[in-house]
Amino acid sequence: MAEPVKQTVMALNGDEAVAWAVKQCDVDVVAAYPITPQTIIVERFAEFVANGEVDTEFIAVESEHSALSACVGAAAAGARAFTATASQGLALMWEIVYIASSLRLPIVMAIVNRALSAPINIHCDHSDSMGCRDAGWIQIYVEDAQEAYDTVIQAFRIAEHPNVQLPVMVMLDGFFLSHTLQNVSLLPDNVVREFVGVRKPVEVEVPYLGKVPLVLDPENPITLGPLDLYDYYFEHKMQQQEAIESSREVIKQVNEEYAKISGRKYGDGFIDAYGLEDADVAIVVLGSTAGTVRHVAKQMRKEGAKVGMVRLRTFRPFPYEELAEALKGVEVVGVMDRSMSFGGYGGPVFVELRAAFYDLPERPIVLDYVYGLGGRDAPPSMIREIYEELLEVKRTRKVEKVLKFVGVRE
Amino acid sequence: MSSFRVNLRELAKQPPKLLPGHRLCAGCAAPVIVKLALAASDKPTIVTVATGCLEVATTIFPYTSWKVPWIHNAFENAAATASGIEAALKALKRKGRLKYEKVNVIAFAGDGGTYDIGLQALSGALERGHDFVYILYDNEAYMNTGIQRSGGTPKGAWTTTSPSGTVIPGKREHKKPIADIAVAHKIPYVATVSPAHWLDLMRKVHKALEVEGPAFIHAICPCPRGWRFPENRTMEVARLAVDTCFFPLWECENGEWRLTDRSLQIAKRPETKKPVEEYLKVQGRFRHLFKPENRRIIDELQRYVDAVWEDLLKRCGLA
Repeated sequence: MAEPVKQTVMALNGDEAVAWAVKQCDVDVVAAYPITPQTIIVERFAEFVANGEVDTEFIAVESEHSALSACVGAAAAGARAFTATASQGLALMWEIVYIASSLRLPIVMAIVNRALSAPINIHCDHSDSMGCRDAGWIQIYVEDAQEAYDTVIQAFRIAEHPNVQLPVMVMLDGFFLSHTLQNVSLLPDNVVREFVGVRKPVEVEVPYLGKVPLVLDPENPITLGPLDLYDYYFEHKMQQQEAIESSREVIKQVNEEYAKISGRKYGDGFIDAYGLEDADVAIVVLGSTAGTVRHVAKQMRKEGAKVGMVRLRTFRPFPYEELAEALKGVEVVGVMDRSMSFGGYGGPVFVELRAAFYDLPERPIVLDYVYGLGGRDAPPSMIREIYEELLEVKRTRKVEKVLKFVGVRE
Repeated sequence: MSSFRVNLRELAKQPPKLLPGHRLCAGCAAPVIVKLALAASDKPTIVTVATGCLEVATTIFPYTSWKVPWIHNAFENAAATASGIEAALKALKRKGRLKYEKVNVIAFAGDGGTYDIGLQALSGALERGHDFVYILYDNEAYMNTGIQRSGGTPKGAWTTTSPSGTVIPGKREHKKPIADIAVAHKIPYVATVSPAHWLDLMRKVHKALEVEGPAFIHAICPCPRGWRFPENRTMEVARLAVDTCFFPLWECENGEWRLTDRSLQIAKRPETKKPVEEYLKVQGRFRHLFKPENRRIIDELQRYVDAVWEDLLKRCGLA
């Protein structure tokens, strides 16, 4: 591996780290609307604009719906576009979330995870981004401010890759990451610029025009977003499915390439495992809680317990093969879901993982722990209890309840 | 007036930017408005269209009628989409990545996408001052879903959600003064147009494209299906809307109000102003108003139109 470049360490919170990444990626259009706990991203970026530190058109829109709508217009016109939101803002955008991916526009959006109303709550859980897990976006959950910075830079490369051409959501936990100051290593501007390059629209074959760039260009007048009925709609959905499947390779490749310049690598881009070489039980978790889980696992391993963990970084596309491989030999898996699926068999990560494991010749027991809703703390003691329960199930092979809600009053 | 000159012979030879073969209804005024507006744009143009008749009937995949780059995003966000396009063009131009000196950005939306569901996005885009032209083609109801009342439906009109019942005779509320709302944003240019007055329409669209910043054009768009008139009478209905002052033609340029075309003639010769009844009676959607018990609504519509007209004359310094 080549020597990583010299970097500047700055004390930034997660939101600021995102704003810095956007600043360095030479984004053409940022359209955004403030919402706690995402607001700092918009504020910092507005400062960069006001001080002439970026060459970006900043549209301070009147709603999140318009934020993403404007990004759709901008990206269709050939620009690199970015927005950020949380919770209710994402819920308001929902209609356009599907349109952005279906029009194959490589927009990058940071989601600062926050619980959904009602009752209104400004703190972290993953119900907002989990709500649009089937919207055709690539979804990456980060663990700390450094990764938020790194992943936003990677996201443009992934989104704009000719085989992908899909929008990417980068999720960071509200307050736990967005408002917590951490040391963040920033790459030099020119290194980031070179890494992301300038957005080049892909070419498509249009029957009446020939090969033309997929962009609103008066010389090559294409029609984007037409009426598409039962005779073609399904094929277009299949193309989206193909694109997100193609992104698997690209996500891994970008993670590797980024490691060469920065010295930082996030597992294989999809999952980041710890202690799995000999673990009997393991926890699968997203986002900032992974740090606590790793810390507890380390302690327990020192005490002789064979415990491990997987941080699920990329949730869409879902790394079912990688998870099966990583958790091979693990007898009991506890999934930690920071969102509810009311009336479902369990939280979204659990349901997905369990379904993916169904066909394995040797299936582990998979249990679900829904935790941390509305920003409820997930202290090391809670994680330890989960591990102890998983070890108990391993010993007894007895499962009392598949789905449990932890850290909540009875 | 604007420096815009148009030669009818040349205009007829110009290849249209909305091609034939689309599936809009016979007699629909929307394609007339679109063709005239695009013919008035003498620079490279990008068009965005809100969900509605115009969008669904011109782009049934794999066909398209558009000879300009075109995007449909959703129902309520044509103005927001245009904001993004305009911002992108600005950024790309500054960075030397745009091959055109200037690109016109035009958003088309119907009354539903403008008066109702799209008003917020429109207001936001006007307030932010994006350089684009928003053209409202107002057929006065949700025609794409089958004639439901909108904020643009006139009082007394029958629609499927404001039916003329035995107790309630059609829509109870007047039309929202949407062009006045645009003017209240203090944008550089607002105008009303009718497809029957094609030269006036083209001049205004040209002017709207020339000004820096947002411009709003309100086009009356007769709909044979929804308004219940034969499809060969579209232009007659569009003309009557102006002749009766039900839909006066005016422009407001940087706060200066002016009547134009036929409406200016009516202001000069008030005796040529036709009674509203003449406009109503050619449309089936107002048929129930001619029953004796509903005649009062026609009288009320006349009083309303007169009051709006008088107010307009004052604004234009003609009263």
